[in-house]
Amino acid sequence: MGTVIDLSVTSVRSLNADLHALPAGATDSIRVLRPDGRHSLAAGLDRPVTVEIDGHAGYYCAGMNQLATVSVHGNVGVGVAENMMSGRVHVHGDASQSAGATAHGGLLVIDGNASARCGISMKGADIVVGGDAGHMSAFMAQAGRLVICGDAGDALGDSIYEARIYVRGSVASLGADCVQKEMSPSHLAELSLLLAAAGRAEDPSEFRRYGSARTLYHFHSDNAY
Amino acid sequence: MCGIAGLHLRDPELYPQLGALLQAMLGQAAERGTDAAGVGLYRDPPAGLSTVCVVDAPAGAVVPGADAVTMGQTTVFTASVPPSELEARVRLALPDAVLTSRGTHLSVLKGTGHPHALAETFDLASARGYQGVAHTRMATESAVTSTGSHPYSVGPDQCMVHNGSFANHATIRRALRASGVVFDSENDTEVGARFVAQQLADGADVEKALRLLCERFDGFYTLLVATSNSFAVVRDAIACKPAVIAETDRWVAMASEYRYLTGLPGISTARIFEPEPEVVYVWER
Repeated sequence: MGTVIDLSVTSVRSLNADLHALPAGATDSIRVLRPDGRHSLAAGLDRPVTVEIDGHAGYYCAGMNQLATVSVHGNVGVGVAENMMSGRVHVHGDASQSAGATAHGGLLVIDGNASARCGISMKGADIVVGGDAGHMSAFMAQAGRLVICGDAGDALGDSIYEARIYVRGSVASLGADCVQKEMSPSHLAELSLLLAAAGRAEDPSEFRRYGSARTLYHFHSDNAY
Repeated sequence: MCGIAGLHLRDPELYPQLGALLQAMLGQAAERGTDAAGVGLYRDPPAGLSTVCVVDAPAGAVVPGADAVTMGQTTVFTASVPPSELEARVRLALPDAVLTSRGTHLSVLKGTGHPHALAETFDLASARGYQGVAHTRMATESAVTSTGSHPYSVGPDQCMVHNGSFANHATIRRALRASGVVFDSENDTEVGARFVAQQLADGADVEKALRLLCERFDGFYTLLVATSNSFAVVRDAIACKPAVIAETDRWVAMASEYRYLTGLPGISTARIFEPEPEVVYVWER
């Protein structure tokens, strides 16, 4: 049986210090009770531990995650799994804006909806959103995959580099230099793997793929003011 | 930064707890602003009673025919006369004072200092009523003064709190001044409040007034706007300033961060969502 930490009697600082003090390679299971929207829960983990957060979390939950598996049985605030390097973060509710911002690796799963700027400047992570994603999602996304099982908001993929976006529902509008692209067998295969990894049952053939038209990569006089 | 919290009660059984619930929300919001704070409290007044609030009134200030209660940097005057009559008496007796609210339902209590300390001076925990808004300020656009504190109430029983900054407030202030509007501060939010007050005075409802604000104002804003019978939220098109709304059969609450709401009764089963950009949400009493 794993450790149980109740945040109505233990501080976030103490929780995170205990998690950081675990020996390298530790595989402990920690259950966090009464998070009550507190910020920075389970941030900066670098051990293959499992953390279950039983309720809503605040800003930057599981930020900078490496190796750890963090599940939130509730909603999360701004910047869940921001700058994640590896591991897995699973939000069973909704996520606020900038989910997975700048994340380099790992898998972020959001069962509910993600708010604005989901995957902003993502650099290699995979993000699977079960519901809708808000406006400016995958803004300046450089690498990685963003899967949206619901609808995407305005300006999807604005100024995108080489990240790949898969959307099953409608797209309110595409951002600058983001275009719909062919769905090849290899894309269907990678999407199938992502959906399976996220525990989703959607049919990959129902998705469309979006990516960079690569017209902003080089200076063009028509883009100058 | 700045923090916003608001609570619109649907269940009259909760009215005696308005202040205590709002104080818990304000306490959490303190981390987003420690320069100043304020609350706007709405209650059903005894018939015929009007309220005018003033900041930085001289000690022992007297307004003929009115009762005065000092709440920290705010003095609350009440009298059984129409609001316009009480406002005129306050202006005559205290020509240099800045009025922070006037009407029948609303009291605006505000000042500079730490929100926790200010809440004590407001005696917030014992306040009763059906609706309240709260603000903690981290000053950006104007000085840390009591008149630069939120909420801004510039029309009868109207109240606005703001997280963000308006980029074109100087332009709109000039236009409003040219049409005869008088300002109490250099604060950008006051321009928003005056703009909304003017739209309401011209016949717009709250939803239309806020849609017009979205058209006219540039910058970042999450706004909570209250009147005697409404409670409204709107965010700018970019929506970078945070906002979360929770709703149950007993209340509607809005906050900059979810954690402000954790003390509300029934929060675990509330419907929780983030307001969409440039969508005006209005709840009416």
